[in-house]
Amino acid sequence: MQTAEFTADILVIGGGAAGCFAAITLAEKYSNLSAILVDKANIKRSGCLAAGVNALNAYIVKGETPINYALYAENDAAGIARGDLLLSMSEKLNSVTAKAEKLGLVIQKNPDGSYAARGKRNIKINGENIKPLLAAGVHQAKNIQVLNHVNIVDYIKDNGKIIGAWGIDIVREEIVFITAKAVICATGGAAGLYRPNHTGFSRHKIWYSPFNTGAGYAMGLRAGAEMTSFEMRFIALRCKDTIAPTGTLAQGIGATQINVFGEEYQAAYGNTTSERVFAVVSENLAGRGPCYLKTTGITKEEEESLEKAYLNMAPAQTMRWLETGLTPSKSNVEVEGSEPYIVGGHTASGYWVDINRKTTLEGLFAAGDVAGGCPQKYVTGAFAEGEIAAKSAASFALYQTSVNLPEDVKKSVVKQIENFMENKNSENSLYDENSLEEAMQSAMDEYAGGIKTYYRYNETGLREAKAHIERIEKLSENLRAHDFYELMKIFELKERLLLCQVLIAHLQARKETRWHCFAENLDYPEKKAEFDKYINSVLENGKPKIILRPLISVKDAGGERV
Amino acid sequence: MSVFIKKDKCIGCKKCVEVCPGNLFVVRGKKAEIRDERDCWGCTACVKECPQNAISYYLAADLGGGGSLLYATEDETSINWVLQSPEGKETTVTVNKNQSNEY
Ligand SMILES: Cc1cc2nc3c(=O)[nH]c(=O)nc-3n(C[C@H](O)[C@H](O)[C@H](O)COP(=O)(O)OP(=O)(O)OC[C@H]3O[C@@H](n4cnc5c(N)ncnc54)[C@H](O)[C@@H]3O)c2cc1C
Ligand code: SF4
Ligand code: SF4
Repeated sequence: MQTAEFTADILVIGGGAAGCFAAITLAEKYSNLSAILVDKANIKRSGCLAAGVNALNAYIVKGETPINYALYAENDAAGIARGDLLLSMSEKLNSVTAKAEKLGLVIQKNPDGSYAARGKRNIKINGENIKPLLAAGVHQAKNIQVLNHVNIVDYIKDNGKIIGAWGIDIVREEIVFITAKAVICATGGAAGLYRPNHTGFSRHKIWYSPFNTGAGYAMGLRAGAEMTSFEMRFIALRCKDTIAPTGTLAQGIGATQINVFGEEYQAAYGNTTSERVFAVVSENLAGRGPCYLKTTGITKEEEESLEKAYLNMAPAQTMRWLETGLTPSKSNVEVEGSEPYIVGGHTASGYWVDINRKTTLEGLFAAGDVAGGCPQKYVTGAFAEGEIAAKSAASFALYQTSVNLPEDVKKSVVKQIENFMENKNSENSLYDENSLEEAMQSAMDEYAGGIKTYYRYNETGLREAKAHIERIEKLSENLRAHDFYELMKIFELKERLLLCQVLIAHLQARKETRWHCFAENLDYPEKKAEFDKYINSVLENGKPKIILRPLISVKDAGGERV
Repeated sequence: MSVFIKKDKCIGCKKCVEVCPGNLFVVRGKKAEIRDERDCWGCTACVKECPQNAISYYLAADLGGGGSLLYATEDETSINWVLQSPEGKETTVTVNKNQSNEY
């Protein structure tokens, strides 16, 4: 078994929006420190931003303030958000945007030089090349070493402190050990827990990146880190089939949602993110679906601009328009909800961190979709957290002595991998990672509030889900791999099975319905004041243990409405 | 959702292997292959990266596809997206890289 060892002052795991921005911050402000940025793919097009993005969804436009942004996010989350984290993120949204423009991001300007707003919190960009621009920024730095195609599997822990991580190089087929004085986790959220809208050939045509499988959450849990708000799932309302963003139509050209009778229904349900999904679900259930964004009647010019905008972020949508001839001026765009995800950039799920984005584990920091408590951060909020985490990790690393890879860790990892690669004999094994993944997704779909039950669940169902996940987890112990790509798929399945377990425990713990669809418990259909709490968890002897923590509102954190 | 590889055009340069966010390509016998068509996200990173226009993107039948292929060529200032219908008709949409989305 081939192995490789690397060491640096700081290790950044995951080179997406948050990880690249953390690396760029380290290059700018801490050029005396060395850093390694490791990603399972190539940072040029890895993670959520691979196809491009449609707008910067989090920006303080003229007349707005960071406090207002934080209050908006807190309200959208029905209070389950950390005021301190929201404020520290919101205050940085505009400075990180200016930095992104310096890296080459094209942003639309008003005649007075300010950025052109799209609605109250968005600004207009050409986001097709946002990822290549970030990658180029990282590659310019002399103190950053990039390791592409290395899928990180677990942290390396020594005396209770995180001192690095190990993974597998998919291309070179070797085990990689990286030690560092401080570690930043930026691996994004988790997709693939639930059965998607299309289950066969298009099983990966989903909203969130199917290659973000929640590794960072799973590694943290296994190492004993505290997590928050997994039960606040995110469900995206998207264009039917193509799962392309709807903001460009809704905020961009002001398209409203209509049901099959042409009635506008949104106002009857409220306008938070979860209520928008709930509105579509309810209209469909009442027999008033399908639901659409009303685009018919827009001008030829508007239509052409839309076709170009979608090519810059979700080419499938433009392709569908051009191929069918049912372009948005002629035909309304149908919408549907996605399957649920765990994603701390939209909702509040993830590592329980302090204001410096330090996790509950010594030496470990978190940023972006993997970090909890700070919803509605989107790409600019991920940048902001990347910057904060980089500064905190650097300050921490400055006072640490060098670390060494413990020999016993190395030995046991090599043994573990050899075991997975041994005796792969497909004739003798009834199950492979594909069939177990399907089993996991259907159990979650049927019993833990997936698409099939209109995102609703009850206590009996959750118990069923738990039993299935435990059964599948046992079966997964016998999986074996032919090559390192298959090995990665096995690790991805295993991390998702762990997340399912913890997610179910969180759903069981919140005995109320605070958000429609995101966590709709049919046994407890009302919101309850006793659950004005964060639901957190740690893993104890392999089982999730729930901890309730009091809320820290935006007001508590010093933000008043201005 | 998936990609179609025109084997006769592929020169085995491995740029698709390098750039796919899901590590989905392998090059065997100097020709690119996708490990499993079902695993493509549809991000089109490979389509834009391939120097030979050997990779096209298509809408799967379950997503409403009608058999057209989409590929892209890129220069300093623009991306040209070319849609080829099953009858061979081509439609090109040019997107200026230096221009922001209107919406
Ligand atoms: C389709 C889509 C469209 C979006 N559009 C917009 C938009 O228009 N505007 C906006 O503001 N926001 C948008 N967002 C949100 C925004 O993209 C995310 O909030 C942001 O990318 C989060 O940053 P991140 O660094 O946490 O995750 P990512 O950017 O996804 O980065 C995570 C990185 O970690 C790597 N990784 C994962 N697991 C491992 C592992 N085990 N080992 C090593 N590396 C690993 C991944 O390869 C990836 O590079 C969109 C999101 C999606 C999914
Ligand atoms: S990038 Fe294109 S030419 Fe190069 S290996 Fe891939 S398919 Fe072949
Ligand atoms: S479209 Fe994206 S996910 Fe699909 S094969 Fe190409 S690079 Fe990979």
